[in-house]
Amino acid sequence: MNEWFADVAYKFQIAFLEGDRWKLYLSGLGVTLQVAVFAAVLGVAIGTIVALMKLSVRKNGKRSVFSVIAQIYIDIIRGTPSVLQLLIMWFIVMKGSKNGALIAILTFGINSGAYVSEIMRAGILAVDHGQMEAGRSLGLSKGQTMRYIILPQAIKNVLPPIGNEFIVLLKETAIVGYVSLSDLTRTASQVSSRTFEAFMPLIGAAIIYFIIIKILSKLIEKLERRLRKGDHR
Amino acid sequence: MITVRNLHKSFGKVEVLKGIDYYVEKGEKIVIVGPSGSGKSTFLRCLNLLEQPTSGEIWFDGELITDPRTNINKIREHMGMVFQNFNLFNNLTIMGNITLAPVKLKLMSQEEANETALKLLKRVNLTEKADAYPSQLSGGQRQRIAIVRSLAMNPKVMLFDEPTSALDPEMVGEVLDVMKELAESGMTMVVVTHEMGFAREVGSKVLFVDEGIIMEENTPSEFFANPKNPRLKDFLSKIL
Repeated sequence: MNEWFADVAYKFQIAFLEGDRWKLYLSGLGVTLQVAVFAAVLGVAIGTIVALMKLSVRKNGKRSVFSVIAQIYIDIIRGTPSVLQLLIMWFIVMKGSKNGALIAILTFGINSGAYVSEIMRAGILAVDHGQMEAGRSLGLSKGQTMRYIILPQAIKNVLPPIGNEFIVLLKETAIVGYVSLSDLTRTASQVSSRTFEAFMPLIGAAIIYFIIIKILSKLIEKLERRLRKGDHR
Repeated sequence: MITVRNLHKSFGKVEVLKGIDYYVEKGEKIVIVGPSGSGKSTFLRCLNLLEQPTSGEIWFDGELITDPRTNINKIREHMGMVFQNFNLFNNLTIMGNITLAPVKLKLMSQEEANETALKLLKRVNLTEKADAYPSQLSGGQRQRIAIVRSLAMNPKVMLFDEPTSALDPEMVGEVLDVMKELAESGMTMVVVTHEMGFAREVGSKVLFVDEGIIMEENTPSEFFANPKNPRLKDFLSKIL
């Protein structure tokens, strides 16, 4: 029994303490969060614009050229693996740049934007059409009604799926190792290959992801409750 | 004030309005009745272009609003509309609902708009609801707020699209009272409704719309006492 404890303690020692390795995990987590947060902001911005593009119609009621462009973008992004998108960005589109973090943020932002746009579109369509008619009947333009009336309600509608999308995004950043960015996952794998001991680093990293996401879901829940203050109580 | 010439409206292959001609004078209270599906709501919604007419002309205050070059947003500032389902902005307080349009359209400062809103709220006895959200109000209260929201724009004409049809019976009266008071103040009104009592009491003209045309038009007393059109006779016998 004592031997077993000593073994665990030793493995813990080489996985986290020796050479201050815990600092590596911490900076790895920093990279993960940095990429995820900036990509999420970019994704929501792109997603909202693309959703509005996809919903836009011409005067005669047919799809606008913006709507077609939005659909092509969504199809391409959803139709290809994100690892490939990352590699294409790294080796082809931004060949000259060696800024892995920037490339990762752009890739995941553009990727997430496609999914967010469909979420936003559903949220906008879920707002009763009467809200738009009421805004227009008062003399507000379509854009003004969208901005002051429809979008605020749509965002409240889509908060749960957007939170979900952010959680998916946070975990998906685990592939940034492909562009030699040392995020949490890559750090854990590097440590395990150095110490020839996989259990502690990998399980450790998994636990860190789990805790971060747990905190995140609590925050989203709280925000959701706050935004519902105008609803039935 | 409003002139309608040979108005047609089709939804796909279904022709809902088959040529309506009408003239609304300033200060008139036009009440439109008719069976459901007759086109009366569509007619009303064409007046502020919430429905785009298929053909025909609508003039408002000397402007041809069916002309694509007319800025319809500017026209709508002068035409209030009240809906069957209230359509209050769910994300805004009552105060926000009333002041949004005048402020965003730069007709008033926020302070002026708040002042106007409070005056109007007092008129419908809902001052204490200023900071409430629409979901906290009863149907009758919501509809009174919807009327007030339109009035805050200081419109020249008010359009009512079955304003009491979604209300519980005991709340119909409070909304009709506000509309009556509005009528007495001289507002030009076009009202689609099933409230025959209101038509009789307030209307200066009553129109019977069926199958996409105006089948009969008369003063309220004649309209109800001496209906000429057989379809109107049939309609009145069913509802009175």
